[in-house]
Amino acid sequence: MIHLIIKRQDSPDSKPYTQEFLVPVTKNMNVVTALMEIKKNPVTKDGQMVNPVAWDCNCLEEVCGACTMRINGKARQACSALIADLEQPIRLEPLTKFPVMRDLIVDRSKMFEALKRLKAWVEIDGSFDVGRGPRLPRHKQEEVYPISKCMTCGCCLEVCPNFSKDSDFIGPAPIAQVKLFNTHPIGNMQKADRLEALKDKGGIASCGNAQNCVEACPKQIPLTDALGKLNREVNIFTLSRFFDF
Amino acid sequence: MKIIVVGGGAAGLMASLRIAEMKQEVELFSLVPVKRSHTGCAQGGINGALNTKGENDSTEQHFIDTVFGGDFLANQPPVKAMCEAAPKIIYALDRMGMMFTRTQEGLLDLRPFGGTKHRRTAFSSATTGQQLLNTLDEQVRRYEVQGLVKKREGWEFLSAILDDNGYCRGIVAQNILTMEIEAFQADAVILATGGLGMIYGRSTNGMTSTGTAASIVYQQGAYFANGEFIQIHPTALPGEDKRRLMSESARGDGGRIWTYRDGQPWYFLEEWYPAYGNLVPRDVAARAIFKVCNELGYKINGEDVVYLDLTHLDPKELDRKLGGIIEIYEKFIGEDPRKIPMRIFPSMHYSMGGLWTDYNHMTNIPGLFAAGECDYMYHGANRLGGNSLMSATYSGMVAGPNAVNFVNGLSERRYLKESTIEEYKQKEIEAFRKITKMDGSENPHVIHREMGDFMTEHVTIERYNDKLKETDNKLMDLEERWSRIKLNDNSKYANQNAMFIRNLKDMMKLARVITVGALARNESRGSHYKPDFPNRDDENWLKTTKAQYTPDGPVLSYEEVDTSLLAPRERRYDVNVNKKEGK
Repeated sequence: MIHLIIKRQDSPDSKPYTQEFLVPVTKNMNVVTALMEIKKNPVTKDGQMVNPVAWDCNCLEEVCGACTMRINGKARQACSALIADLEQPIRLEPLTKFPVMRDLIVDRSKMFEALKRLKAWVEIDGSFDVGRGPRLPRHKQEEVYPISKCMTCGCCLEVCPNFSKDSDFIGPAPIAQVKLFNTHPIGNMQKADRLEALKDKGGIASCGNAQNCVEACPKQIPLTDALGKLNREVNIFTLSRFFDF
Repeated sequence: MKIIVVGGGAAGLMASLRIAEMKQEVELFSLVPVKRSHTGCAQGGINGALNTKGENDSTEQHFIDTVFGGDFLANQPPVKAMCEAAPKIIYALDRMGMMFTRTQEGLLDLRPFGGTKHRRTAFSSATTGQQLLNTLDEQVRRYEVQGLVKKREGWEFLSAILDDNGYCRGIVAQNILTMEIEAFQADAVILATGGLGMIYGRSTNGMTSTGTAASIVYQQGAYFANGEFIQIHPTALPGEDKRRLMSESARGDGGRIWTYRDGQPWYFLEEWYPAYGNLVPRDVAARAIFKVCNELGYKINGEDVVYLDLTHLDPKELDRKLGGIIEIYEKFIGEDPRKIPMRIFPSMHYSMGGLWTDYNHMTNIPGLFAAGECDYMYHGANRLGGNSLMSATYSGMVAGPNAVNFVNGLSERRYLKESTIEEYKQKEIEAFRKITKMDGSENPHVIHREMGDFMTEHVTIERYNDKLKETDNKLMDLEERWSRIKLNDNSKYANQNAMFIRNLKDMMKLARVITVGALARNESRGSHYKPDFPNRDDENWLKTTKAQYTPDGPVLSYEEVDTSLLAPRERRYDVNVNKKEGK
């Protein structure tokens, strides 16, 4: 049997509490399978019938980012957390830097809002045909491709000492996206708009360079490298504006 | 004008983008934040005849390969239109910033894929769907900021609202956190709600691919076409919670399928299909693997698996082009596919069938459109790899403007009665209230598992009429048991089991469409294979199945297939018969 200790909360405004569950082991089991078992048969370790644990998930192959939670204290995806690799009892908690909706479900819309603020897109004239796009050297594509694998899962924000529910820092994941768009040959034409947004309050200057983010990223996105380079670019950009060169 | 789009994958996002570009308002509903949609799980690539490899590829050859690959069941004019648009769409995605893998000279690289002799598949390593999804998400966000797109993420589609003339004028939806049920008006509605893998319990699909939105409008009178054509992907990882896809690009980039025979590696696809080898279409490869394991009895350590072998390939190139799936295999299986051959088995993957639409992507309910995997348009009896991202994107691109044009073409604004809206809303509130009171003895997850196991056993690779009949009876039995379910969650907030119970009923209705359609079709075509009727029978079955809902079960009718551009011929992959030679 697997022993799980789960931090629960019935609704956004209610108080959190903890329940323990025992779940039978199956082959190649992950945390999602264990939670599915609880959903099917929500009985606690003490034999008490309770409401099933609610959590978010979709792809189950660590691509969509939905099932991110704290597992034994570490923010990661439940689908790729194999039970065999985890120390028991397994402690599941919701992410702490985002508002809890119910049980392990949190609201990460703040991350998507940040993408709006940073103009995290390539502005094109329209989706119609204007012929082939610009060439992009392979090494440049390979440099930023990892950034385009960001799942907006929130692991990097969870571990960032400068990001909290109340702070205005937009955090590493959204900021790194700026590098992606500034590298694309068309996106590069609108580079100034994004750097301007990064200059604002809660932007790149709020990064304390703790470097926790890069350790926490399940996709090994070189976040600190991206943030460091962007920081320099923003400084140069600011100076160039100041001196008008 | 306002158009409602339901679903935020490739099709829904592309439709939204096109409508916003026409300066019309969009209200975009999605179960999940759109960036977490199932499009993100597509791996290998997106097809378009860019012809940048010196191989004389053409949109015409793409069309021929697609129609041939689909065993001539697809209506040909829309397939031709898609293939002609495909290169333009890929270049537009490139301009939008999609991070395609590049050649040495900075152009989009192309890889070989199944069912074709040409390199035609543009890709972003092995995460093409994710990159496509992210790119369209970004473009739509731009219009969200401009106020043309309003997103409603975390809402589930419950019903289309039809006016007195039977025109679709809005939807009823439920907020999956607060449980609030609300009606939303629109001038037209586009469903882009994806696939239905959850009907099979475990598949390569995500948890939101339940097919319920399509099932709901089918129950409201929309035809569901070619439901019996279910794609089984040859190479997936068996798993308790789901089957994880191992992209066809693994074979496109040189991977080989084999198993042990008399102690020696046996490359059965290469032996049986010398012309296409490991790149035969998915239905052919899946049947071959099934035959090797089940009929011929070649198992590996007693398990129904064969090897997908990359170990002879350059590890650096593997990381560059297939990094995404190598990472999945390492994380979930704990072995290094650069050194140890992967163990795979076929799995339910995609529905070629879907809501019937006209060439403008409108269903038989006026004002209700369908795009993406939930429509039936482009793949006939079998889909070629790399064509799903294209058909999803293309159909959204077509459906969006067509919805706008449909509304513009209406002679006068019809009046939608407040009482009609309220009726639809109250009906859903009442149905949900009943679910929250369910206090029987059955467990919805047990019923779901039984349905999935039955469908997987009897309605996938090999289909026998007695087993199909048995499955249909089983589904009716499960539906009866559904009414005796106990809801084990009394929460008023984010009650996932209550919503699952509702989904389960709709999944069962669609499961019957698949099963009954398969039972009726006494031939073998594409993914639909009956050992008792092993040949394609154009005389009797070159026709589209249309299922219509009745309370007693699906009633089938048939429609002629438009084969005006390419005459049907025998589909073979052991020799080359698939050359350009238009009719």
